[in-house]
Amino acid sequence: MGAQLRVYRQRIRSANTTKKITRAMELISASRIAKAQARVKASAPYTRAITRAVSAVAAHSKVSHVLTTEPAHVDRAAVVIFSSDRGLAGAFNSQVIREALELEALLKSQGKEVVFYLVGRKAVGYFAFRKRASVRDWVGSTEAPTFDTAHELGQALLDAFIQDAADGGVDEIHIVYNRFVSMLVQQPHVVRLLPLEIVEGVEEAGENDVLPLYEFEPDADTVLDALLPAYVHSRLFNAMLESAAAKHAATQKAMKAASDNADKLITNYTRLANNARQSEITQQISEIVGGADALASQ
Amino acid sequence: MATLNVSVVSADGEVWTGDAAMVVARTVEGEIGVLPGHEPMLAILATGEVRVTLPGGEKITANAADGFLSVENNMVAVVAGKAELV
Repeated sequence: MGAQLRVYRQRIRSANTTKKITRAMELISASRIAKAQARVKASAPYTRAITRAVSAVAAHSKVSHVLTTEPAHVDRAAVVIFSSDRGLAGAFNSQVIREALELEALLKSQGKEVVFYLVGRKAVGYFAFRKRASVRDWVGSTEAPTFDTAHELGQALLDAFIQDAADGGVDEIHIVYNRFVSMLVQQPHVVRLLPLEIVEGVEEAGENDVLPLYEFEPDADTVLDALLPAYVHSRLFNAMLESAAAKHAATQKAMKAASDNADKLITNYTRLANNARQSEITQQISEIVGGADALASQ
Repeated sequence: MATLNVSVVSADGEVWTGDAAMVVARTVEGEIGVLPGHEPMLAILATGEVRVTLPGGEKITANAADGFLSVENNMVAVVAGKAELV
């Protein structure tokens, strides 16, 4: 067998092995998308109930809260980046990091100092490689986020928000995460988390509805004190779930592209190998014929 | 008799939902019982049991932590970061 032919056969084998791996990963993430989406859906009643309650308090009492008031002067802003723990997801991580850095540039141009909170090993790796600082990071639970992580993250953010900027606190918190738009589209999305703007989800009262007069236990301030952090936690949890679903969709897309590419490579190399085999045979025949001619003419 | 429309939800999903005759929950100020026609209310839950009495008389108990109770138009929502049926 000719050397060229051997090289082609080797490449075909290698592409085949890679294809097996990418195909398996594609199938795995395809099966996980449904589960991740179901979790996003399952958390919706909680988010809805909290939003309703918060808008009820906001609509029925005249209380202002530290989490909802705009600070007079923003010195420092925090950006939370939701990336994934694993790669092989196409542009998933790079697009969310790029979005976050654009946001950083924007905030800096407004004269604000920017600090980062990172979720997911990929963002942590990006920052570590560039020797950039981050306040805190969370890794290891991006595939199947738990509410405990969201709670911990929320608590850290709330603590930082309540602290004065002069003492190392922040005045503004933004979150950047990938949103699951469809199986094919995952879009990075920037939301300002704090100070809270509660405008969404306020239910319009019907004509015959009398707006209920709420009784608060113990009192409106305390209820709001407990509700708003819960609202923040649920928003963060929702971002984590969305990001997990988007990650699986992105992996599936990337792995499908890789499998298709492996198929293409295999076809190309098979053609080249056939060519090499054929030219080898042709050469052998012409050598034999040439040899026979030489013998006959003697 | 009117019934209460009760839903118990945790951050992970809906734990239980259905009609009930009475809900008893523990708030930070003590136990409170909610019957149909209760005035709208928002209360902070203390960690503890939420007992739901069904119209038939059976009882369902759930553990809830870190949440609140809202009552409005005979709709009772027990919303907790963590909740599970016992």
